[in-house]
Amino acid sequence: MRPWLRRLLRGYALAVFALLLLPLLIIVPISFSSARYLQFPPPGWSLQWYRRYLDDPTWIEATFVSLRVASGATVLALVLGTAMAYSVVRGRYRGRVLVERLGSGPMIVPHIIIAIAIYGLFARLHLTSSEAGLILAHAVLAIPFVLAVMSAALRTVDPALEQAAMSLGVGRVGAIVRVTLPLVRPGLVSAAVLAFLSSFDEVVVALFLSGTTKTLPKQMFDNIQNEIDPTVAAVSVLQIALVLVALLIVSRFGQKTVPR
Amino acid sequence: MSSPAEPRRPRWLRLEGPFVLGLPAILFLMLLFVGPVLRLMLMSVEGGSLAAYEKALTDGLYLRVFLDTFEIAAIVTVACALLGYPVAYVLTTLSRGWAALGFACIMIPMLTSVLVRTYAWMVLLGRSGIINRTLMDWGLTDRPLALMYNLPSVIVAMAHVLLPMFILPVYSVMVRVDRELLRAADGLGASGWQTFTRVYLPLTWPGVLAGATLVFIISLGFYITPALLGGGRIVMIANVIENQVQALLDWRFASALSVVLLVATLAVQAASNRVQAPRG
Repeated sequence: MRPWLRRLLRGYALAVFALLLLPLLIIVPISFSSARYLQFPPPGWSLQWYRRYLDDPTWIEATFVSLRVASGATVLALVLGTAMAYSVVRGRYRGRVLVERLGSGPMIVPHIIIAIAIYGLFARLHLTSSEAGLILAHAVLAIPFVLAVMSAALRTVDPALEQAAMSLGVGRVGAIVRVTLPLVRPGLVSAAVLAFLSSFDEVVVALFLSGTTKTLPKQMFDNIQNEIDPTVAAVSVLQIALVLVALLIVSRFGQKTVPR
Repeated sequence: MSSPAEPRRPRWLRLEGPFVLGLPAILFLMLLFVGPVLRLMLMSVEGGSLAAYEKALTDGLYLRVFLDTFEIAAIVTVACALLGYPVAYVLTTLSRGWAALGFACIMIPMLTSVLVRTYAWMVLLGRSGIINRTLMDWGLTDRPLALMYNLPSVIVAMAHVLLPMFILPVYSVMVRVDRELLRAADGLGASGWQTFTRVYLPLTWPGVLAGATLVFIISLGFYITPALLGGGRIVMIANVIENQVQALLDWRFASALSVVLLVATLAVQAASNRVQAPRG
């Protein structure tokens, strides 16, 4: 390739990276602004929006609801999704393609449809406005991520290792617990992080199910619709910080996603 | 498979072991995903009447929303392809360290919630947003421009949200392309453009198709970005469905709209699979 074309392409890529990151970066100075409304550049610096977030019981309660719901949904999706991935990867039964489709279905069906479908069911079961209901619904949405990551991870484990363990008399469950799962631990970390973030960021299902138990994204959504004040900017910066922590965890302990 | 060291168990039990492990997830998804969605779909024909579908498919208002939704999804997909394809290529040419940095630029926005990213665009495009403030400070305009609550703002924000979803599948196909093929085309006298259109593009097409399908399908069901940046003027089908359930309590009509959206989504996915299949 000609050098000028290579440089042009790299410049183009640099511009696209800037386009991807700049809107997020712009929130940071806004969140530290001393102005009483959105203003750029900020006339001065202050922590008032962070203080407002921390002092408002509505925001804090919503944060704890989201943390509990995301933790519950992560555990549920990780257990169900990993077992399902094992079933699909190691199984030789007929219909496992169908099982795989079922497991990745919640990723393809629009979330608005899943949201009102579950809402219709939970309204009759009195599971709306409850953390249990949100955990169940978010686990449905998180299973495809766990299934995808864990299937890829399990395909890298030689079945002969499990068979060797089973021949030593530990049984299939023993082989999975003692041999397979330790080998796919990076995959488990990545899957857990993805599942957690997918629940912690989820809006559409929460819009219908949360009722009086507002999750953090639901509280943000309501706040943005009523008034754009920089409290949401402060919460957004905290969420971006959470993403950075998640990425650090994945790059340190997670599955290597970049095939190099 | 049949090593002599295998435990002595009935053959069917050995074979079914993995299947049993999948059962809890299968039951869970049947009860909380397939069941509720099927029940929702049946609501559209409650009482044996197709009136809800008649309204969804003949009323100009809703037909318009469906067409708008497809149009937005198509524009967003093309935008992602134009922005994303060269970036995915550049990522394959970078050294390890630079590539890691590039991936961080893609993963950070991708894992940040759609809500936060939409909010960021509202901060940029609002009446007293950053762009308007700057334009007014520089004296380029007296009054704030209407940058938000219109089609371009929804498209720009959606493309921003979905771009990483396009880049990753394209990249994963591109890294597997054998560089020797490009050198061979060069050696046979092909121009750079010919090598691209006759060798590289066909080889990476499956990735483009996978990425474009993903972006298009997710766009069809998009809710948050049009709800916030559309300001009631740009309405996609998911917004109508939400409104029918939350405000109008018209479950039957919401159900019919959901069926149409779901059928459209699955049809796009199936068409994409069909196009991809013969290329192997």
